[in-house]
Amino acid sequence: MQHTATGTEPVTTASGVTLRVNGTAHTLDVDHRTTLLDALRERLGLTGAKKGCDHGQCGACTVLVDGRRANSCLLLAVAQDGTEITTVEGLAGDAGDGELHPLQRAFLDRDAFQCGYCTPGQLCSAVGLLAEAAAGHPSYVTPPDTGSPDGPASPGGPAGLTPAEIRERLSGNLCRCGAYPRIVEAVADTAAEAAR
Amino acid sequence: MRPVGYVRARSVEEAAAAHAGHPGARYLAGGTNLVDLMKLGVESPGTLVDVSRLPLDTVEPLPGGGLRIGATVRNSDLAAHPLVRASYPVLSQALLAGASGQLRNIATTGGNLLQRTRCPYFQDPAKPCNKREPGTGCGAREGGHRDHAVLGHSPSCIATHPSDMAVALAALGATVELHGADGARTVPVGQFHRLPGDHPERDTVIGPGELITAVVLPEAPAGLPSAYRKARDRASYAFALASVAAVLEVADGVVRQVGIAFGGLAHRPWRAERAEAALLGAAPTGENIARAVDAELDRAEPLRDNAFKVPLARNLARRVLTGLAGPAARP
Ligand SMILES: Cc1cc2nc3c(=O)[nH]c(=O)nc-3n(C[C@H](O)[C@H](O)[C@H](O)COP(=O)(O)OP(=O)(O)OC[C@H]3O[C@@H](n4cnc5c(N)ncnc54)[C@H](O)[C@@H]3O)c2cc1C
Ligand code: SF4
Ligand code: FES
Ligand code: FES
Repeated sequence: MQHTATGTEPVTTASGVTLRVNGTAHTLDVDHRTTLLDALRERLGLTGAKKGCDHGQCGACTVLVDGRRANSCLLLAVAQDGTEITTVEGLAGDAGDGELHPLQRAFLDRDAFQCGYCTPGQLCSAVGLLAEAAAGHPSYVTPPDTGSPDGPASPGGPAGLTPAEIRERLSGNLCRCGAYPRIVEAVADTAAEAAR
Repeated sequence: MRPVGYVRARSVEEAAAAHAGHPGARYLAGGTNLVDLMKLGVESPGTLVDVSRLPLDTVEPLPGGGLRIGATVRNSDLAAHPLVRASYPVLSQALLAGASGQLRNIATTGGNLLQRTRCPYFQDPAKPCNKREPGTGCGAREGGHRDHAVLGHSPSCIATHPSDMAVALAALGATVELHGADGARTVPVGQFHRLPGDHPERDTVIGPGELITAVVLPEAPAGLPSAYRKARDRASYAFALASVAAVLEVADGVVRQVGIAFGGLAHRPWRAERAEAALLGAAPTGENIARAVDAELDRAEPLRDNAFKVPLARNLARRVLTGLAGPAARP
């Protein structure tokens, strides 16, 4: 449905929206209050993204919107019309060959979880983190004068993702089980592999 | 949450018209604050006017120097922008000190300026709060107020403004561009947020239906020394207990240009005009810096449980300013 803003139409409280999730388009009617997280879980049966706090405070609901990590509990589904959403279910090889995403493999290799509740959010967040680092985005702990986490020598590459950088960049994902050391190792492994 | 209408605006004019045409309309940008407050029952808009896709998502150098930052530029994109990092590191650092990677990807320039206080009484409709419901009293004054204001508070409200970005903008002397029914106007960031006085329900000077279109940064040469430093309860992903943003240019052994603002201490980003006046034209020695910072913070009126914020802010400011002054700060 097209939303126009002529300022004259009566207020409707639900709209049709097309959500493209993991490459598939879904058209559904949503109450405007529906968050993307609830639409994914309750309407599309994609229960990978988790509801931890429902207030942006834990990161368990993290998904990728147009390739950027975002908290799906604070996004309204109706506002996501036309965006490309990737959930943890869409990270593994889409050829149906079951090939895990390198980060998923690294999480398994490093045993980077206990209960696993935070894991889908950690994985989606880490995918976003690697893309941001590859694009040369700084973090709060990046020395201001070096221009990139790597310093001027290899600008923008993931090789400069020190443990301190990974911890800062993943601080939006809490883990009640305290699996943080292993999570940092898994992300560092993946970053090192990508830099090779 | 109450049922709510939704319209997506495609232009500034369309957004303003939709706001005017719908009772209880609110602009929706990233939604990271508004949707949260709707869930808490603090906000119940009649209609959301989605401005997140307005063509205000660019950062443009201005002909006479300076930068124009569109209202819908995402916090993460602004922090990573090469021109911001080169000439306004204080702004990049302040943005990166706020929230989390995924929140900064959603949050916008306009929404960040207009985010509401994190006072827990404000966020709980079962509690008294003059800001949420004028006349009900202030739950925090005699209650939990460790995180609250030490400067510029009033008997009616002791809340702080939570934005990190706005503190850097205040130190830089940025201006906010607004579009309203009476046309466009600009307001300096330092005057955009209000002190609570008798009307804590008004956070800013923005008028009903007015839309933030941009924030304009004044000219700054690449390499102009500036920095942001934030103290919080954990190393990351927490609001400021106190923070400081500063710009300091030293030439011929004296301070040629200075901008200082505190975060976490007041109802608005606190532009430290007394400290600035004390430093301008003076040698940036450790002693002069300490005296300037004290000139500002001597005005603090801490509450029962937050006096620790004053020495915290003092030490942060001394450290940032001596760092920016470099060798000149050493005796
Ligand atoms: C867990 C958590 C931690 C956080 N930590 C920090 C932190 O450490 N530091 C920090 O600074 N912030 C922090 N934030 C707050 C975050 O920065 C803000 O929520 C965000 O910047 C708001 O931007 P938005 O685009 O999502 O705004 P919205 O939620 O979309 O809007 C906020 C308000 O601004 C209005 N608005 C939006 N755009 C416009 C416009 N162009 N013109 C007029 N009105 C407009 C809306 O109507 C609404 O009233 C945190 C938030 C969360 C949830
Ligand atoms: S400090 Fe302000 S926001 Fe908090 S309870 Fe008092 S009036 Fe409300
Ligand atoms: S459920 Fe979204 S951040 Fe916690
Ligand atoms: S593994 Fe249990 S919350 Fe992270």
